[in-house]
Amino acid sequence: MSFQPVVLWTDALIYVLVGLIALSVWFTRQHEHLRMPWRRVAGSRTGQGAMVVLAFYVAVGLFDTLHFNPQTGIDDDGRPIYSTEVLSLFDHLAGPLRTEQEKTYSAPFATHLFSKESIDLPDGSTVRDFQRLVYGGAHLPADGSGRGRDILVKGVQGALIGALVWLVVILAFCRFRLSRLRDLLAGRLDQPWHVGAYTALVLALVLGAAFLLSGYYHILGTDKVGESVFYQSLKSIRTGLVIGTLTTLVMLPLAILLGIMAGYFRGWVDDVIQYLYTTLNSIPGVLLIAAAVLMMQVYMTNHADDFNSVTERADLRLLFLCLILGVTSWTGLCRLLRGEALKLRELDYVQAARAFGVGNFTILLRHVLPNVMHIVLITIVLDFSGLVLAEAVLSYINIGVDPATNSWGNMINGARLELAREPVVWWSLLAAFAFMFTLVLAANLFSDVVRDAFDPRLREQR
Amino acid sequence: MSTIEQAMQSAPVERATEPLLELRGLSTHLGRSAAPVRAVEEVSLSIRPGETFVLLGESGCGKSMIALSIMRLLPHGGRIVAGDVLLAGRSLRALAEADMREERGGRIGMIFQEPMTSLNPVMTVGEQVAEAVRLHDPEHRDRVRERVVELFRDVGIPDPARRIDEYPHQLSGGMKQRVMIAMALAGRPRILIADEPTTALDVTIQAQVLALLKQLQRDTGMAILLITHDLGVVAEMADRVGVMYAGQMVEISDVDRFFEQPGHPYSQKLFRSVPMADKRTQGLDVIPGIVPPLDQPFTGCRFAERCALAEAQCHEVAPPWQGQATQGYRCHFAEARVESAEPSRAAVADTGSQPAAELLDVRALKLHFPIHKGVLRRVVGHVKAVDGVDIAIPAGRTLALVGESGCGKTTVGKAILQLLRPTGGAVRFDGQDLGALSGAALRRLRRQFQIIFQDPASSMNPRMLVEDIITEGMVAQGIGASRNERRQRVDALLQQVGLPASTAERYPHEFSGGQRQRIAIARALAVEPRLIVCDEPTSALDVSVQAQVLNLLRRLQVELGLSYLFITHNISVVAYLADEVAVMYLGRIVEHGEVGAVLNAPQHPYTNALLSAVPVADPQHQREVIRLEGDMPSPVDPPGGCHFHPRCPYAQPVCRERYPEVTVLDAERRVACWRVHPDHADDFRAS
Repeated sequence: MSFQPVVLWTDALIYVLVGLIALSVWFTRQHEHLRMPWRRVAGSRTGQGAMVVLAFYVAVGLFDTLHFNPQTGIDDDGRPIYSTEVLSLFDHLAGPLRTEQEKTYSAPFATHLFSKESIDLPDGSTVRDFQRLVYGGAHLPADGSGRGRDILVKGVQGALIGALVWLVVILAFCRFRLSRLRDLLAGRLDQPWHVGAYTALVLALVLGAAFLLSGYYHILGTDKVGESVFYQSLKSIRTGLVIGTLTTLVMLPLAILLGIMAGYFRGWVDDVIQYLYTTLNSIPGVLLIAAAVLMMQVYMTNHADDFNSVTERADLRLLFLCLILGVTSWTGLCRLLRGEALKLRELDYVQAARAFGVGNFTILLRHVLPNVMHIVLITIVLDFSGLVLAEAVLSYINIGVDPATNSWGNMINGARLELAREPVVWWSLLAAFAFMFTLVLAANLFSDVVRDAFDPRLREQR
Repeated sequence: MSTIEQAMQSAPVERATEPLLELRGLSTHLGRSAAPVRAVEEVSLSIRPGETFVLLGESGCGKSMIALSIMRLLPHGGRIVAGDVLLAGRSLRALAEADMREERGGRIGMIFQEPMTSLNPVMTVGEQVAEAVRLHDPEHRDRVRERVVELFRDVGIPDPARRIDEYPHQLSGGMKQRVMIAMALAGRPRILIADEPTTALDVTIQAQVLALLKQLQRDTGMAILLITHDLGVVAEMADRVGVMYAGQMVEISDVDRFFEQPGHPYSQKLFRSVPMADKRTQGLDVIPGIVPPLDQPFTGCRFAERCALAEAQCHEVAPPWQGQATQGYRCHFAEARVESAEPSRAAVADTGSQPAAELLDVRALKLHFPIHKGVLRRVVGHVKAVDGVDIAIPAGRTLALVGESGCGKTTVGKAILQLLRPTGGAVRFDGQDLGALSGAALRRLRRQFQIIFQDPASSMNPRMLVEDIITEGMVAQGIGASRNERRQRVDALLQQVGLPASTAERYPHEFSGGQRQRIAIARALAVEPRLIVCDEPTSALDVSVQAQVLNLLRRLQVELGLSYLFITHNISVVAYLADEVAVMYLGRIVEHGEVGAVLNAPQHPYTNALLSAVPVADPQHQREVIRLEGDMPSPVDPPGGCHFHPRCPYAQPVCRERYPEVTVLDAERRVACWRVHPDHADDFRAS
């Protein structure tokens, strides 16, 4: 199947981000003093576990970032015709998960719909009963008997496949040397890699079972329009990551530049920048976000022709949300950096550089910026989880991402009304909660480790 | 009855022969048990009641760890692995933590180096001392306040009833240290552990605190374990001395014997590396190398690497203890005599006294920092950090600028370099007025004058390679056409300051303090300056390393014809290095002249007091310390008339009215004091 690659706005920024990270990894590897704190991160058990979980999320997010238009046919001249529907590599891989839609709500692992409907029987009469699902548990007998056993067997099979994949990966990591594998699993290596390995094993078992089972069941149920909640939850990962990372990327240049300029130059530059961020900080953030998002919405409605597809429109709104979140959140980092720059400018090596007649901007670049980068990094990682949670809250009150975008906030928003019905539709909420919780917990643990490793004051105490 | 007499009575009389505090083979390790840092190894000593035992050693030799081991206040990961600590025959190591709390602040008092951070800033000082009284002095529990006032009086805090309601920031450094001593005395300690109690204080304040400790010891009969790195303090205070090196006790001796005939080669070398006036012509004796890191097991003598006498067995066999436990040293040689190093490459002839043309000429330099207050940030006053300073340095000469902290000497240095723009006055460098220059013109001229900072740890960007650090100035000044050319120059510079060329590819944190200071010197030399402002370049260094750096600075001066403005508070360094000296007090120079003349016959009462307060490394030297009352006033609101008159023992009415005119005694000597002024000298003679 041929395809036409599509690069959405957020995709482009993610590529930039990945490029920047690759560049900084390369740069870090050249410099011993930059590698040291990362070695401390790798040396922490918590850090190892958190990194494995985060790696899974990032992988899903990246697969979901490679967008394309699939081919739908060939026109008369033999040229391919492409659909206007934008799919991602993840959608392509998830295949049936995306396309196998039921009619409406069904519970996790169910074989029948969640509510009774009128069913026309072949003999012409109608009964109200739970209708059989089209895809969920379709391989089972009509009455759905033997489901428990089937789930167990398939679950174990899936887990075994997961374990096998894990073993291959770990062996590759050990360069296929058994002695090294033994050392690794017994925790005899220089860093606690075994914690990472065991976390990956747990993850592999769970995911293996989940992926095998999801071929036969809707393991997390379906939502109002019958779409798999499992698929939605996975799709939401990208939204969460985009909000968590791009927002910071957007605000970083502003915060860093203004922050260190204010601290280094003092005087009127400082006054202007301080005035700017104090003013911005005094405007309630939610108000600013609501106003900006609503304006954006009006613009999009009035200029519907400017967008090729719903995905494109939703994507632009996502980017806009990142921007506006960035504008409201740069002040904290700016203030931190100003304080640090105030301290650094009095340090002897900055004075020495001035005594050599080195220019101001060279001093900023060479002496001030590298020495505040640890603060920047700590802030990025700490802010990440807060932003993921902020997205959920904003989407819940309808000023977040586009309703067409999968996001945990939207899932919760959708499940909100169903919580009032009896029996309760709980699985959307629970799925969104579980996925978000895992990501935020891993990010928080990771940020603690990063802060411990990079904060010079904490380092001295050891 | 005074509190002191009460204390005397409450303390049971002990026989002087019985040790009060005894350490038996104490070993303390830090860090992971797999690769421990052996901070203290097999240290034994005993202190009798009423005795002062001084632990002498360079930084990192484990002397503070001994104090913390006694108090059982070791940092996280620290542990006593062997030996015992006995207080009046009772093992402190075996005590339960609750009982140990009784002893801390009870029978053992402790004062720390940094009085600024040892007090809680949000509690009044009286309340903090009262806490100690309530805990350790049950007799006074119902009249705590009176007891605190008594304690404050004992430690010589003026107006104690008012002072106890003040907060730490309202007190000066010396006063805070007195409060700390009062707190330690609250439990009527039998032994006081003082960990570098005066290192953070100025010499005049140091003299006050040392005198106070001596007097308290006389009055209460307590023993003192004093930790210091300063041979002068040893001579001043000690009855007995223990010398520490790399975690071990290398020598224990009576103080007189120690100064007459130090036993261990390290002790002998230490004496020779102290800068003094009479060593001007020969260069200082240096101990090569650095203290070995303590995270390794040692087989031979720990000093062997740096010892001139070392033989094969020194490297292989741990040396035995020579002599008795109370008088001996750890060495293979029963009679170790280190020959004075022959005049080495460091030895340098005096730079001659032909004053050339003035390279730097500073006239009426003023630097006032405005104080902003209120919403509109209006200027309500000025901190007059530098208030009319005249100095001149001819080419190839050294002017030392001496003064206590807060007198504005560092600000003078930065104002000369135009790192801070002066508020008034003129700085002429080689005839050019620097104040009139700015932008590119000033930047071009900057290569002619450079600065070396006090703390070599903070004067280099930790994220840059040594090569980049040294070439930074060259790039900015356009020296060296290509990277290659600059690299060659870096190698040459490193060789010049005595470092291997491989230094260039490493980071500054991989070097010791002395090596880093050499790198800083190489960096300054890289742009071929004619004047270097040395801002306390050796005060963060140990004595043996200080000697290396001072020798280097002298040699470079002769080789390159550099001029130095040497900013320091260390009089012995001045005597060794400077040609002229200017004494600064509260933003102004009070005395200026040729170094020998000023140091031997000071004319200004402040110079006199300053010099008399410096501890001399000779226990026989009976000096009379001129005790200055109080502290240096604030430069925000200097006293009217002569700035020094509130503390001056000779003050006359004229001193309160007008700032003294500068009296030129002879060609080189200028003194700002009415006492030497021809029109007013009679007023002083009369009284």
